[in-house]
Amino acid sequence: MADIIDMPKLSDTMTVGTLVKWNVKEGDTLAFGDILCEVETDKATMEVQNTIPGVLLKTYAAAGAQLPVGAPIAAIGKKGEAAPDPAAKKAPAAKAEAPAKAEKAKPAAGVPAIPESTGVSCAPQALASGDRVAASPYAKRMAAKAGVNVAALSGTGPGGRVVANDVLAAASSTPAAPAGPVNVAVTPPADGKGIQPDADVAVSGMRQTIARRLLESKVTVPHFYLETEVDAAPLLALRETLNKRLAEAAGKDAKDALKLSVNDFILKASAEALRRVPAVNASWAGTSIRTHGAVHLAFGVALEDGLVTPVVRDAQAKSLREVALDAKALIAKARSKKLTPAEMSGSTFTVTNLGMYGVTGFFGIINVPNAAILSVGATVAKPVVDAQGRIVVGQRMVIGLSGDHRVVDGANGAQFLQALKQLLEEPALMML
Amino acid sequence: MPVLSYREAIRAALREELRRDENVVVMGEEVAQFNGAYKVTEGLLKEFGPKRVVDTPISEAGFIGVGIGASMLGIRPVMELMFWSFSYVAFDQIVNNAGNIRYMSGGLINCPIVIRGPANGGTNVGATHSHTPEAILASHPGIKVVCPATPYDAKGLMKAAIRDNDPVYVMENTILYNDKGEVPDEDYVIPLGVADVKREGTDLTIVAHGRAVITSLKAAEILERDHGVSVEVVDLRSIRPLDEETVLASVRKTHRVLLVEENKPFCGVDAQLAYLIQAKAFDDLDAPIGRVSSIDAPQIYSKPLEDIQIPNPDRVVEGALKVLA
Amino acid sequence: MAKPIALTHPESLKRPPGPSAFAKDPVNAALTKADKVKLYTQMARIRHFEQRCIRTYQQGKIGGFLHLYVGQEAIAAGTLSVLGKDDHLITGYRDHGHALMVGMDMNSCMAELQGKVTGCSKGKGGSMHYFAPDKNYWGGHGIVGGQAPLGAGIAYALKYKGLKGCCLAYMGDGAVNQGAVHEAYNLAALWDIPVIFVIENNGYSMGTSQERSSAHPGSLAQRAEGYGMDWDLVNGHDLYEVRAKTAAAVKRAHEKSRPTILEIFTYRYFGHSMADPDKTYRDKDEIKDYRENKDPIKLWEKTLLDEGVLDAATIASVNEAAMDEADKAAAFADESPYPEVSDITKDIYWEEDNRGPATNSRGTIIFGD
Ligand SMILES: Cc1ncc(C[n+]2csc(CCOP(=O)(O)OP(=O)(O)O)c2C)c(N)n1
Ligand SMILES: [Mg+2]
Repeated sequence: MADIIDMPKLSDTMTVGTLVKWNVKEGDTLAFGDILCEVETDKATMEVQNTIPGVLLKTYAAAGAQLPVGAPIAAIGKKGEAAPDPAAKKAPAAKAEAPAKAEKAKPAAGVPAIPESTGVSCAPQALASGDRVAASPYAKRMAAKAGVNVAALSGTGPGGRVVANDVLAAASSTPAAPAGPVNVAVTPPADGKGIQPDADVAVSGMRQTIARRLLESKVTVPHFYLETEVDAAPLLALRETLNKRLAEAAGKDAKDALKLSVNDFILKASAEALRRVPAVNASWAGTSIRTHGAVHLAFGVALEDGLVTPVVRDAQAKSLREVALDAKALIAKARSKKLTPAEMSGSTFTVTNLGMYGVTGFFGIINVPNAAILSVGATVAKPVVDAQGRIVVGQRMVIGLSGDHRVVDGANGAQFLQALKQLLEEPALMML
Repeated sequence: MPVLSYREAIRAALREELRRDENVVVMGEEVAQFNGAYKVTEGLLKEFGPKRVVDTPISEAGFIGVGIGASMLGIRPVMELMFWSFSYVAFDQIVNNAGNIRYMSGGLINCPIVIRGPANGGTNVGATHSHTPEAILASHPGIKVVCPATPYDAKGLMKAAIRDNDPVYVMENTILYNDKGEVPDEDYVIPLGVADVKREGTDLTIVAHGRAVITSLKAAEILERDHGVSVEVVDLRSIRPLDEETVLASVRKTHRVLLVEENKPFCGVDAQLAYLIQAKAFDDLDAPIGRVSSIDAPQIYSKPLEDIQIPNPDRVVEGALKVLA
Repeated sequence: MAKPIALTHPESLKRPPGPSAFAKDPVNAALTKADKVKLYTQMARIRHFEQRCIRTYQQGKIGGFLHLYVGQEAIAAGTLSVLGKDDHLITGYRDHGHALMVGMDMNSCMAELQGKVTGCSKGKGGSMHYFAPDKNYWGGHGIVGGQAPLGAGIAYALKYKGLKGCCLAYMGDGAVNQGAVHEAYNLAALWDIPVIFVIENNGYSMGTSQERSSAHPGSLAQRAEGYGMDWDLVNGHDLYEVRAKTAAAVKRAHEKSRPTILEIFTYRYFGHSMADPDKTYRDKDEIKDYRENKDPIKLWEKTLLDEGVLDAATIASVNEAAMDEADKAAAFADESPYPEVSDITKDIYWEEDNRGPATNSRGTIIFGD
């Protein structure tokens, strides 16, 4: 039976090797110690010595190939013997075997129970004894501020410890959430006429994260709210023209042409407004305010089981077209649940839009650690007084800003809205 | 920006400093003719000649002592230890002499020496070759210790170490030597004692150094993806001087902390950090401080077991979830 | 390129090998035919075991470092074959040859390399850290030179207990420059410790030739004079010579409780470890010369053929059996399990392994007597 020679491991740290050159050719008779080939490792180019006397039946890799340790490179056997099919060999032997055995060494749970320190027992201590209330230092401090009685709370931390979330929940006076996703008995409405069964429905990890984040934001971030109304007519007109031109330019591929949405304009305008009022592009960092050089714009995408906020990166440096393309790609990914964590993190400002549902105006909860969130309502036709004092039909859109008062003051917030309003009303400015 | 391996980044730092300052001398076992046991010093003999790049016999106590003595007269020796594990042979020189000379002379004598080399487990070389002495050494006032995790940091910290006027011990990692990253060509220095937030997050702070930073970043990805947890990873970079402020600021932001290191837990760097955090940010803690370190035993040889003994992403995720419970 | 190392080797190495001047030494004259074949077999086993290791290493089944003894076999075979039941040994990381010589079996040696629980150290030590105290073999030490004082300490304990024994402490030509080695020399001579420091001078410490690493008055062993210690130079390619000169040192230790430094000239055919590209510090002709003209196993084979002790058929069967044994050891190692995770924290403290307070305050467990 022929032996398959694998890409050898030639040093303590080698994981891949480059086959620099073959020193033998198929058909050669090889002795122990003959140099088969040269392999470049992470440290050096090394000669590979033969350990199996016989005839070189076949080489599976050409000079220049970069291969992981364990990949077949040649077969050695008896003269005239057929070279085996390397794929038939049960994968890189060492690799396949080592982890399999290692798996066996581990207890079933995957990660083994790790002894913390030799000779030191680490049994979990009982947290509360007697009258002492087990609460984290942070929860106690938070409770004192919010005027919540810690002793009255039942903690959801390990051993019943009251943690910050419990205090947040109490402070927002919503009933404490059940400890985890539990399904309780479902009671169907008596006459079968209810709109849905009475039930506690287990929530997804996403929903839990949303709940936790938003609650924390609403309770710990001092929100303030500003609102203004924008004349959306010029924007709508520009959008129509641009989309028409884009379709014409695409010719027979018109149906694939980029179509700009109102939201794309708002994203682009927001980035530009942040450039003009950079104080809003910042975060509260505990004891300091962190200013951000780049504008990373998060925007909400509603999904069946919640909401995700993908991020258009470096929006300050992107054209309207680039912003639109990015946003489209992110929305598609969000819908097919393909967003990576990186694509959903690191935002510096968030835009949320409920205009498509006819909502005329609202205020979102700040997406921590952003300092503000922009809420965009529907564009509605309504009577307005024009510059000549006449009552005419106007296209109006209400935009609201929720700001973190630790970072942004009313004046900065107002300047930001003012800048945004100007950009939306004279959209050509965005192109500059 | 050029992309260099961690090994090349250190070499670039050594080359630039050899060019910049004629007092810089590279010394160690196999550093010159053999081009370095781990090829960090490859090509330096050719460029700088045998006066600046010097092979030594296997006499760690002797040649490191010689380096320390020379540094007292203003030479800036950069001594390579093939492994930091071998520093134990030269402990008296490294701790007693280099660490105390400035103090005992009432500040009259400086000791601007750098000792560098890999200090890590994970390559299946057994207990004698797998020591991570950063905690032991940093526990001696007078000594500075840095543990770069990325090529960029490796170059900047190495240059800072060479220019520093005190003994600075740089702990590298054979597993990181091939890691690649952007490293500017130009002369830059990363000051000792400045930590770096390698990833921002809001729910949990992980503090780590050396390769544990890389492991923690992988764990942070998993935590975000599978558990919706936003993790901040603070890379200490320097063990001593220690950047307390960056650690504490992150704790005040997330309120939950996991300490990750490849050291053994007993009297490790994390023991010091845990003390610091509870002393200075007690009221900000929403859960007991967690830690993931190497399993408390001499380094096992067997490969699959050693991979479990050292913190891996799975163990870090597990540790994080405990802190988040 | 470094100068060829033969310059520092003794005269006997420079002339073409001929019949050994030590064949008639009493310790050699006492050898039976069977003893001589056994020595051949032992050296062949060491060589085939290690050559099998190369393959296992290349397959990625052995991690970390692997330092081969190929070329140096006559030292382990010669020195250890003259020892008695109260004689002990300790060595560095190039330790497989000594292990097989004292009777450690290939299975547990191969399994140790693969980190398996059936290994001689339960997968905890690896290639550099073999141990078999039941065979008076105290390791396998990874830190260069660290074993020299330990060897002196073992010999000190023998003397303390009133046993007529000695300890052989092996080290390389690079190790001799460690401070610990010199401190051990001084203590051994000062306190009349029955230790024999064996320098296996293969010409190089990693990529550094001996003349680039060591200052000495003529040889490394001669440094003994500074401590008032006996010393000798030995041709490590001549098994008779190794045995004769070791026996003399052992006699000195047993009868006078005096230490000795033996410098045995030898050569390694492979790189320092498997990770050594072996390109910068010696040339191929040098390796070839040693392999072809000075190979200790070939020379012993020729001696025994000339003496009529060996024949071609025996040579073939001995080598085949050794190869077969090595293959079986590799299969044994492949099939053996890894340690359990819970094993990581065992074998650290006596109390924990033995569930109770220490009872060995009188040192009784050390020698099991
Ligand atoms: C204290 C210490 N320094 C350095 C090393 C790395 N190292 C291992 S073997 C070796 C060379 C030793 O050469 P030599 O003593 O001649 O023994 P040989 O390898 O030739 O058998 C070196 C530098 C080590 N293991 N321990
Ligand atoms: Mg040597």
